Amino acid sequence: MSDMEETQGPEGSGGPVAPHRVIGTPPPAPRLLGSTAVTEDGEAAEAAADEGFEEHLEGLPLDDPRVVVHGKRAERVVAACFTLAFISGCGFIAAYVGLGVHTLDKTLRSNLALGTSLSVTLVALGLGALIWVRHLMPDVEETEQRHDLRSDEKERQAFQAYFKEGTANSQFVKRPLVRRTLMLGTLPLIAAPVVLLRDSGPQPGTSLRNTVWSPGRRLLVYGTNTPVTPAQFSAPGGMITIVPDGFQDDQDALTKAAVILIKFRPGELNIPTRYNGSTLIGTMNWTVDNIVAYSKICTHVGCPVALYEQTTHHILCPCHQSTFEAPTGATVIFGPAPRPLPQLPMTVDREGFLVARSDFTQPVGPSFWERG
Amino acid sequence: MSRPAVSDTDFDVPKALSGTGGWLDDRFHGARGFRVLMRKVFPDHWSFLLGEIALWSFVVLLLTGTFLSLFFVPSMNEVVYHGSYTKLNGIRMSEAYASTLNISFDVRGGLLMRQIHHWAADLFMAALTIHMLRVFFTGAYRKPREVNWLIGIILFSLGLIEGLFGYSLPDDQLSGAGLRIFEGVLQGIPIVGTYLAYFLFGGPFPGHYIVPRMYIIHVLLIPGILLALITAHLFIMFHQKHTQMPGKGNTERNVTGQPFYPYFLAKGGAWFFFIFAALTLLATFATINPIWLYGPYTPVAISSASQPDWYMGILEGSLRMMPAWEWNFLGHTLSLSVLIPFIVPLTVILGGASLWPFFERWATGDKSYHNINDRPRNAPVRTGVGVATVVFYGILWAEGANDVIADKLQIPLYTVTWIARVAIIIGPPIAFLITRRVCLGLQRKDKEELLHGYESGIIRQLPHGEFIEVHQPVNEERRAVIEAKKVPALMPVPGSEDENGIPAPSSRGAFGWARGVANRAFAETVAVEADGHGNGHGNGNGHHGDGHGPEVAGEEHEAVGAQGSTGSAALPPGEGEEG
Repeated sequence: MSDMEETQGPEGSGGPVAPHRVIGTPPPAPRLLGSTAVTEDGEAAEAAADEGFEEHLEGLPLDDPRVVVHGKRAERVVAACFTLAFISGCGFIAAYVGLGVHTLDKTLRSNLALGTSLSVTLVALGLGALIWVRHLMPDVEETEQRHDLRSDEKERQAFQAYFKEGTANSQFVKRPLVRRTLMLGTLPLIAAPVVLLRDSGPQPGTSLRNTVWSPGRRLLVYGTNTPVTPAQFSAPGGMITIVPDGFQDDQDALTKAAVILIKFRPGELNIPTRYNGSTLIGTMNWTVDNIVAYSKICTHVGCPVALYEQTTHHILCPCHQSTFEAPTGATVIFGPAPRPLPQLPMTVDREGFLVARSDFTQPVGPSFWERG
Repeated sequence: MSRPAVSDTDFDVPKALSGTGGWLDDRFHGARGFRVLMRKVFPDHWSFLLGEIALWSFVVLLLTGTFLSLFFVPSMNEVVYHGSYTKLNGIRMSEAYASTLNISFDVRGGLLMRQIHHWAADLFMAALTIHMLRVFFTGAYRKPREVNWLIGIILFSLGLIEGLFGYSLPDDQLSGAGLRIFEGVLQGIPIVGTYLAYFLFGGPFPGHYIVPRMYIIHVLLIPGILLALITAHLFIMFHQKHTQMPGKGNTERNVTGQPFYPYFLAKGGAWFFFIFAALTLLATFATINPIWLYGPYTPVAISSASQPDWYMGILEGSLRMMPAWEWNFLGHTLSLSVLIPFIVPLTVILGGASLWPFFERWATGDKSYHNINDRPRNAPVRTGVGVATVVFYGILWAEGANDVIADKLQIPLYTVTWIARVAIIIGPPIAFLITRRVCLGLQRKDKEELLHGYESGIIRQLPHGEFIEVHQPVNEERRAVIEAKKVPALMPVPGSEDENGIPAPSSRGAFGWARGVANRAFAETVAVEADGHGNGHGNGNGHHGDGHGPEVAGEEHEAVGAQGSTGSAALPPGEGEEG
């Protein structure tokens, strides 16, 4: 602020005086005290100095008219701020009392009124305090000496001497049996908190390996909870979410059992069969009428794979962008998922509805240590 | 500044105050202690306000959080909603979600408090981050402040968990997906992962326990620890006194600033009101976490472009960037594509930050006290490592929004991820090298300024017609700032011995060799002294590594400054360049 003038370059050489501040030259050194980001920035500091609120009152006596006038002005501004805070604070209470909620529109109106009045109150209080400290309080700068953090040698030795004496008196060193049995005695207590946490949940067992799908369990369309026939799902290209009949609202079950159903055009589906050498050990071709069912739970960290791109037949997980190729058994073509989405074996029951042929043949969802 | 220097003390302290004060002093012997406390000097610099932002955000979090806890029901029991937000009428949801709707639409001021709370959490973490960067880049973590640095890192780590658990409490679709990811990651931990997940969630995900458990951790356990650590942080800062920036009259032995009462009290109070006001303005005009739009959690659905709060972005980005590595052996699965993103980035950054003060001390052999902060340019290795870390963090963080970047910049999604995968490897080293060069360049500019003055902007025509720009000497303040530079001493070369025949530390095996290399990197500098000191600056000054308490640096620098102002022309060409 007013440091500007004091810190101009030396002018005694008789040469031309440097202009106030040239862009690209180092700023006059800001004083650390009382200087904020504003004083570091020469431009802003000049602007502040030009406002006229800054006067050069240093060293003037208290009864100097300039000091008195400056003080009066600052006092009025501070008082205006605090009065505004009062009025706005009353407005806050009035808004609380006067404006109801319980509908979207009313809530938003109440939020606007409460928030605005509270903001104005807080800003006014802050501004008042700031102008007060910067324009009414005298500019005091103090220098304190730091004390050595390290105790002097005598203190340290006195401490050591007493510590030794106390330890000797405690007989802690001399009687190892007491020492060791004390440690022994506290040992179980240290383990106790861990032991006590045991009942916070069941052991996982094999529960991560299977889902609630079982032979004959119907596939229900998520949302409407209606069973589905292959004929109903006839338009190729779509994807629908399926939940198991009887568990539509069971979140624990759905976390593993959610399924997506995709319909292909004839010939598009190319799910590999599994060979061990040349022996056919299993088929992954558990589709019905070019409809395939994959687990909806991403094999990465378990997000629902909810995006399906019809033209490329890519299934995309919106969380971390693991991408699965639907026609070839939901194999991973990009992203952090380590393995394909498991396929749910399907068939139709006597009434023509899609049902599970069995549970998934491998664990669904994210990897875990015991998975193997 | 612009104010008179004395105030009139001719008034009587009200009886109520002086009486109470006397009553207390009779019992606590407090007059001396409280006088010292009131006169406690606080140095002023804009960057010292960053930690205060975190402090005041925390206060706002406590205030608004207490309000929210009066209305929030931490239960996962299912209810069918019939309430003010009619779009969700008839929908099954947890009581936690229903009560959050209730806070938003049926409690007056509830929506405002919820949004202030959420914004304050984001600001808290942001302020912590920036504050830690300030402390790192200025070397304020050095002796004697290492413990406070470590407390800060613990505060940051706890803040991450506190934030994650806090925004997961409403049990909405977005945060539920985040919680599911957290559970999926837990499962991936070798040997104990599934047990950890089952014990924390009380069985399979999502179960009925996680919201009440997160609630008690979020409102009692972690805030309690945070409060204790913040108190310790402030007391240690208070006891050790604040660092100060280099400047005229600032030495390692003093601290210059304004007293606590009334100056810092008023300024601190104003700062609190401003931060509270900023958060309130954000909460009023910028919607955050509109859980009513996300709907209640179901494991079956998800919305696209799901992003966590900003401070979790680094973990999200790490997960997105990782290739699908997994190792199956002996009937077990090691899920590297989950473990590496979960563990490595935060361990590298927070673990590295924890060890850094001790590494620097080992590499520089500097055991002295530091109360004057470094200018970042004067510590090229530290600043380089800091910027490299920022780049490392930044790439992971940006990758956390790779779908948004791909969408906005019209770059294929996989290309964004591939760019990030390459950048995370080559970005930090490049950032380190560039920053180090820039620092040395700025040191060279400082030296130039000290020796030849600054460009004054005055063009003068010489008698023979040539135009020159007049350079003017820098002022004393600037000179003090430039000359405050301190450079670690070079250790003796490998193979050398001291007068007692003890071999130099750098010749003790591979460890010693590494120490020598690090030491040379840290000691690289462009000397600013005009006395032809060259790169041996600090060598033989006797103030490094002697461990006998703080040096009296101010006197030393005054002496150098006095010499420099007259003898600048005496610097032989080529001297003082980096060695």
